Amino acid sequence: MDMSFSPDDQAFRAEVRQFLKDRLPARLSEKVRLQQELTKDEIEEWHAVLNEKGWLAGNWPVEFGGAGWTAIQRHIFEEESALAHAPRILPFGIAMLGPVLQKFGSKEQQDRFLPRILNGQDWWCQGYSEPGAGSDLASVKTTAVRDGDDYIVNGQKTWTTLGQHANWIFCLVRTDPTAKAQEGISFLLIDMTSPGITVRPIVLLDGTPEVNEVFFDDVRVPTENLVGEENKGWTYAKYLLTHERTNIAGVGFATAGLAALKRVARAQQAQGKPLIENPLFAARLAEIEIDLMAMATTNLRMLAQAAAGQVPGAESSMLKLKGTQIRQAINDLTRRAVGPWALAFPSEALEGANDDLPPGPPEAAAATRAYLNNRKLSIYGGSNEIQRGIIAKSLLGL
Amino acid sequence: MDFGFTDEQTMLGESLARTLERGGDAAALSELGAGLALMTEEAGGFGGSGPDILMVFRTLGRAAAVTPLLDSVVLGAGILSAAGEADLAEAAASGEARIAVALEEPGQRYDGKVSTRAEGERLSGEKSLVPGAEDATHLIVRATDGLWLVEAGAEGLGLRGYALMDGGRAAEVTLMDTPARRIGDAALLDRPLAAAILAVCADALGAMEKAVQLTTDYLKTRKQFGRPIGSFQALQHRMADLLTEVEQARSAVWNLAGNLDTADRDRHVAATKSLLGRVALYVAEETIQLHGGIGMTEEYELAPLARRLLAADARFGDSDHHLERFIAASAA
Repeated sequence: MDMSFSPDDQAFRAEVRQFLKDRLPARLSEKVRLQQELTKDEIEEWHAVLNEKGWLAGNWPVEFGGAGWTAIQRHIFEEESALAHAPRILPFGIAMLGPVLQKFGSKEQQDRFLPRILNGQDWWCQGYSEPGAGSDLASVKTTAVRDGDDYIVNGQKTWTTLGQHANWIFCLVRTDPTAKAQEGISFLLIDMTSPGITVRPIVLLDGTPEVNEVFFDDVRVPTENLVGEENKGWTYAKYLLTHERTNIAGVGFATAGLAALKRVARAQQAQGKPLIENPLFAARLAEIEIDLMAMATTNLRMLAQAAAGQVPGAESSMLKLKGTQIRQAINDLTRRAVGPWALAFPSEALEGANDDLPPGPPEAAAATRAYLNNRKLSIYGGSNEIQRGIIAKSLLGL
Repeated sequence: MDFGFTDEQTMLGESLARTLERGGDAAALSELGAGLALMTEEAGGFGGSGPDILMVFRTLGRAAAVTPLLDSVVLGAGILSAAGEADLAEAAASGEARIAVALEEPGQRYDGKVSTRAEGERLSGEKSLVPGAEDATHLIVRATDGLWLVEAGAEGLGLRGYALMDGGRAAEVTLMDTPARRIGDAALLDRPLAAAILAVCADALGAMEKAVQLTTDYLKTRKQFGRPIGSFQALQHRMADLLTEVEQARSAVWNLAGNLDTADRDRHVAATKSLLGRVALYVAEETIQLHGGIGMTEEYELAPLARRLLAADARFGDSDHHLERFIAASAA
């Protein structure tokens, strides 16, 4: 048993840390630290900095323009990025679509789309969920009907994160309505500027329009945009979901969140003392920190297994479960830590542009928003109940 | 990065498990070298590291075995070795001598307050909850001015024995002008006590793993309403949460095993013992509930495991005690 990182990995960590120090603009890291929403331009700005260094797609093989990092290197990069309050890399093109195109896409699709993901020409979004297809994703009803060299797409997608910025969407569509649920689905790439597409924002309970509904009304999509074979989309979708589950534990986010929580708790006063010295608060904080210490080690154990060539099974579901519980607990305690300042709730989406600064410490308004926004953690990416089902099935086989 | 065990550790774990399955007693474990595996080479053993302790005690916990290895070897021989009492330490590690360590005093919870005093070469006071005292050849007694060695049967030494929840026995100990020999400062306890806490946590981990295995088998075979009860989602989700918490416990034990001899030891002792205590109670309660009525019976294999898990929390400071220690260590 040796729980330390190899000298090579330690050198890599130092390199990442130095790069973030040199190249991460303070104006971006400050917004991330205060959990303020980034604009499209700001996200693209950070992508461009990473792409210039060749670090935008750590998970892609070098032949496709990726960094070809090991699982442990990716973990180190994600952890250091979170600790430095770097903007997160958009997962849709890099983590989700990229691996699918690399494995199942045609040479033409790879040559056409992969470079545009890296250089920022395309912003992808995910067209999976529908009003009637959430956890039961295979029940998607959006149809694609062959018409000459085109498909005609009709239907509706929902929960499309940052779809308002996207110019492309990858979709699960039903191409064989007579087949069994999983067998009639295809994986289609759709240009968001096509006639017949309407994007409608959904304002969430944190007051931000983070997600959207996307409506398709007789949208023509060239058949060359079909990934792999018709009616084999479910296979590709499942492959994508396994990639969505990398960094599922969110150790870096949790570590950064805990550090922020401690800063707030040192600054807030309760009965004449820093809140962090209040025994009840300190106990709540310590339990979360102890849980995080154990969960971070579970994450490293899984990474070490992956490095040794073992395929993780139910462990990644356990990491999703525990990782999201810990992050939600941190959000909850941060919201409590700012006390009554948590009542202030500035929202451009709900009340229009308002430049007035909210009262209280700068973390206060963000604390409520982050708490509300991160209720999503236990719902998306396979809800925590779905994860429990996977864990139980792997153990019980029933 | 490597979270595995050496071939020697794996082999020892396997032969230990086989010996315990055959009902091997303390003598059989000594023959196998289980005690020596818990001692460093300088102390005459061939192990003694965090992972060695983890391997041995996880195996003991799975078998719900009652042995003197924790009190007589990890704690007793560990203290003796640190005190330079090499001969007696080796005798304890090989099973020739039995050491009981008298730390607590009546009514002091986990505070570690001591009022037993020495006058000249004689000790007077009361010690409480001393495991293995009745079988001991020697007692190590914590007094106000350090650690003392008392021989079994010494003048003025009184023992009142009773059974413990985990199947072992302990005694309330009285000392009245009892002849003793001082062996060193209380600071000698630091590493042996941390190692003993690792041992209790690894033992609890083994007991949890076994309890989960029994529960899994039961959910697959027990039928109600015409189907295995493990097919019901209400039970499946409880089982998934149980597994996730045991995974947390496993990582916490690894953290302590990997930090037993680092500068960060105290913080990890507190974190691991606090988490293990919390999860141990949860696993005991949930595995009983998931079994239903059969989980309530003394006859069924779960009973000693559940009691062992409760005992693990109460030994060397419970989860709340170590939560406070963690807060103090984090503030430092």
